[in-house]
Amino acid sequence: MRFRQLREWQLALPLALAFTALFLAPLLLLVGVSFYNDDKISQPGFASWLKFYGDPFNYKVIGDTLLLGVKTVCTTVLIGYPLALVYLDLSARLQKVLLFIIVMPLLLSVVVRTFAWIVVLGHEGVVNSVLMSLGVISEPLKLLQTELGLVISLTQIEMPLMLLPLISVMSRLDPNLRDASAALGASRWRTLFTVTLPLSMPGLVAGCLLVFASSTTAFISQTVIGGVRLIYLPLVIWQQSLVVYHWPLAAVASLSLVVSVLSVVAALSWVGRRSGGYIHG
Amino acid sequence: MQSALEDTTARTLDIEDVTVRYGAAVAVDGVSLSIEPGEVVALLGPSGCGKTTLLRVVAGFVRQVSGRVRVDGTPIDHLPANQRNVGIVFQNYALFPHMTVAENVAYGLRARGARGPEVAATVNRFLETVQLGGFRDRLPRQLSGGQQQRVALARALAVEPSILLLDEPFAALDRNLRLDMQIEVKRLQRALGLTTILVTHDQDEAMSVADRIAVMNKGKVEQFDSPVAIYDKPQTLFVNGFIGSSNLLGGKIDTIENGIATVALDAGAVLRLPAPSGVGAASAVLLSVRPEQLTLSSIAGPERWRIEPGLSLPLGGQLIHEARTTDGTTLKIAEPRLAAPKGLSRIYCGLSPDARPSLFPRST
Repeated sequence: MRFRQLREWQLALPLALAFTALFLAPLLLLVGVSFYNDDKISQPGFASWLKFYGDPFNYKVIGDTLLLGVKTVCTTVLIGYPLALVYLDLSARLQKVLLFIIVMPLLLSVVVRTFAWIVVLGHEGVVNSVLMSLGVISEPLKLLQTELGLVISLTQIEMPLMLLPLISVMSRLDPNLRDASAALGASRWRTLFTVTLPLSMPGLVAGCLLVFASSTTAFISQTVIGGVRLIYLPLVIWQQSLVVYHWPLAAVASLSLVVSVLSVVAALSWVGRRSGGYIHG
Repeated sequence: MQSALEDTTARTLDIEDVTVRYGAAVAVDGVSLSIEPGEVVALLGPSGCGKTTLLRVVAGFVRQVSGRVRVDGTPIDHLPANQRNVGIVFQNYALFPHMTVAENVAYGLRARGARGPEVAATVNRFLETVQLGGFRDRLPRQLSGGQQQRVALARALAVEPSILLLDEPFAALDRNLRLDMQIEVKRLQRALGLTTILVTHDQDEAMSVADRIAVMNKGKVEQFDSPVAIYDKPQTLFVNGFIGSSNLLGGKIDTIENGIATVALDAGAVLRLPAPSGVGAASAVLLSVRPEQLTLSSIAGPERWRIEPGLSLPLGGQLIHEARTTDGTTLKIAEPRLAAPKGLSRIYCGLSPDARPSLFPRST
């Protein structure tokens, strides 16, 4: 009977404590550190904020970072959505196989996956040697240390985050809806755009959120594939905190990353809420 | 608002030797049905008998491996589902959950390229026809089951289909509403003169809605006939067992004279019945007789057999008696509750004067 007296909120206590200690406290600490002027963290002030936002280069870095996220979201949607449609039409057996292939990247370390992409995209990598031997190109394409190469590899690395929510929402859709649409005279494309797509919006938005948040903060892929010439916010944070040891500036860069990514995420989830709620209709 | 109910030219629907396979399994096995213009045909059978698959072949969702489907004599097999002009109502209605009632009904019209006031007028007409004029801006989830079904019906009818397909449309409704909707569907179907296929596993529904019933089992049509003929003259043991309830009594044919067979029942009585084709003298038979075609008596006789009475249960206006014959067969006997005499030990059972029992050859 004692269990009865255990209120439900008490069950959330361990998580709440962990959350406070490991997430909320460091975040507040970060905010605190950002309001110091010097790398010794001795003089409080706004100098770090003014310095970071006084430099036009940093605006470009923020813009590039968000743009990288947008580009990765676009490519994962363009490849992932058709793949999810294919998944729905497969037999249960083949669905399992495809699901395993989709999830597999998650089972490998990010470092391993990223270095594999170096082998694929490199100067004498798989892509270049195949294209050269086919005579499509006469000299190797520069894919490493370019944004194109980075977006290609991020697309593969982030694909499970797009596909899993998409598939879980789409496989709950009533297959009769597509039949009903066809019987009413709608073409496959019309059915896709007027029935399937609107009803799968919650999954699509969730996938976009995850891919955007994950690709804008993918420090390892950004630095290993992009190299030092492509500069995104995570690299700036790393340089300021572990190379230059100017923690207030690193804190400002970190908070800029958090706020800019969160605002895009908030906008996306607002779209998601507006389109959501039809699944259980 | 009867203006939506203009009589259209009804079409014939011919299903010719259609076979469907899923991998190695045969779902529909050489089925042929000829459906008259404006007729309602029920595909009736247990789950897995192929009735829904056959419906989906007509709709164009499933491709047959052989056979043809013709509407008004023209084959439609090569047409994709969206060019067949077939109206379908699903068991779960399959309304588009993100569209209002009016948008659902307009969907088919828009898919056919209709625009503007013409669409609105047709939508209004059909919503009035199904008495949902005031619900046009609701979402499907804000409607009751019966209302959702009316929307599904209006949506299917609004495109003026040549054939109407109903896939267990009443199964999700509760009993009272079901009867109302059956009457409603029948009324609309009559008014529009629509050739209709109704898939159902509910024999009462098939009996009340359909003009003819095709009883299906294991991918084949066992009998295709009027409801009365299916009930009174089942052609196969399966139909006999699936439609209504019946008693099966083992027996043997002694002689056949002038088409009248003398049957010695294992239960211990001798009956004279019209001989069916396919059974000769000395062949083992099963006698099928409905519970209401058996009577109880306290007097012995050559055409009556002895029973051991069991439970008696009142069922509405009827009293159902359970009894065992001397050879161990369990019988159900029904009689009007008010006519049942009390306090008599009626231990003899026989056929009522108007009984029309069926004889089937017994495989040993």
